Amino acid sequence: MRAKVLVEPESLQAVAVAVIRSLRSIFLWLLLCSLPLQATVLPEDRADLLYHSYDGGGAEISGPSLLVRKKFSEKASATFNHYVDNVSSASIDVITTASPYTEQREENSVSVDYLNEKTLLSVGYGQSSEDDFEASTMSVNIAQDMFGDLTTLSLGYAQGDNTVRRNGDSSFARDVVARNYRLSLSQVISKDFLMALALETMTDEGFLNNPYRQVRYINPLNLTRGYDYQEEIYPNTRTSHAFALRGRYYLPQRAALHGGYRYFTDTWGIQAHTWELGYTLPYKEDWLFEFNYRYYDQTRADFYADLFQSADEFIFLARDKELSTFTTQTFGLGASYEFRKNGSGFLKRGNINLHYDFIRFDYADFRDLTVSSAVGEEPLYSFDAAVIRFFVSIWF
Amino acid sequence: MCAKRLILLGLIFIQGCSMTPWVKPYERAHLADPIMNFNRDPVSSSYIHHVYDAREGARGAGIATGGGCGCN
Repeated sequence: MRAKVLVEPESLQAVAVAVIRSLRSIFLWLLLCSLPLQATVLPEDRADLLYHSYDGGGAEISGPSLLVRKKFSEKASATFNHYVDNVSSASIDVITTASPYTEQREENSVSVDYLNEKTLLSVGYGQSSEDDFEASTMSVNIAQDMFGDLTTLSLGYAQGDNTVRRNGDSSFARDVVARNYRLSLSQVISKDFLMALALETMTDEGFLNNPYRQVRYINPLNLTRGYDYQEEIYPNTRTSHAFALRGRYYLPQRAALHGGYRYFTDTWGIQAHTWELGYTLPYKEDWLFEFNYRYYDQTRADFYADLFQSADEFIFLARDKELSTFTTQTFGLGASYEFRKNGSGFLKRGNINLHYDFIRFDYADFRDLTVSSAVGEEPLYSFDAAVIRFFVSIWF
Repeated sequence: MCAKRLILLGLIFIQGCSMTPWVKPYERAHLADPIMNFNRDPVSSSYIHHVYDAREGARGAGIATGGGCGCN
């Protein structure tokens, strides 16, 4: 027989308040659990249309990029990306050893993500083509949540099969195979602090030269310049390792500070350090502002020289400024305006974004040959570039 | 000895998968905010990484898409 419990009216009110508070806590807990935070989840359904522009060092590159992601079941989603580069180049390499040119590069890629409980499997394939370079890349990635969803471990492999051609020489075709092995780990450190670690090893085999670029060497017999050119010769293999550590910290009053460091080394003798720092600041309900600073420095490849002492001085020869000793500094600004927040129907929300990055390149052993001077005493080269990203994103 | 250590490590690993998180789900509101996402706009971050990869000798270990960045 059940005992009847008599309850005073004041006690009933207290119980009701406690129940309501408990329900509110449970609802809040369920709401937070459903948020797409660190747990491995399928990408959101969204579409992004980007216009990009790079203008610097005599090169202008611009074009659109479209990305669409759509779930097609509870466990699977597909992503499609179309990307175009319209290139008009009169860079220092081009004007000193060749003629200005224009070309177009198109890239299409698709990927499928499959979610099984706490495991996300992604498989992708992409193709890129331009006049003198064709690339196809396949990739596979697996991500696993663990330790109470505070840690995500991810392993990835990508392989690119590329063909290098040379305009004006239809018989020229060389292969390059690029393989990437990647391990990354993201970790919730506290309720305000996230960290991510990434390790990547890359191997390239085949024709790794630029088929047009040349090195210069001293030739006293050339009375007008004092030097001559010959084709670059690169090793046929390159193995590279990169390690990166990044963090994001949530500041009071809803703002975020982020920073990162990357170390890079390869078998060509290049070592590089990259530092990044950024601040994200929401303003009122709909605006988001970002400020970024990035510092990069690298040492030259073992076989790089601005000026060789004679023809065929070494087995391998390079004068590609990307293989020289240099630093870059980037100052970036971004603004984002969100519209149709909490929208219903097809369009759930969207935003309009504009990012501007100013990049300064300073070379320590690459000289500006457009300036007449004694051989090997030309001024060191430097240039500025402006990068614009304007894009509209919608979630549906 | 090595095998025992591996088994022990494996057991710790498996145990870890079911451990009680030190940041509870209801404490993750800040982490779930889009401003804490390492890769909030993939089309934009992919492009800027392409800009650097094409003009610098270093590459790799960037923000991954499809997992591993704590944000997918």
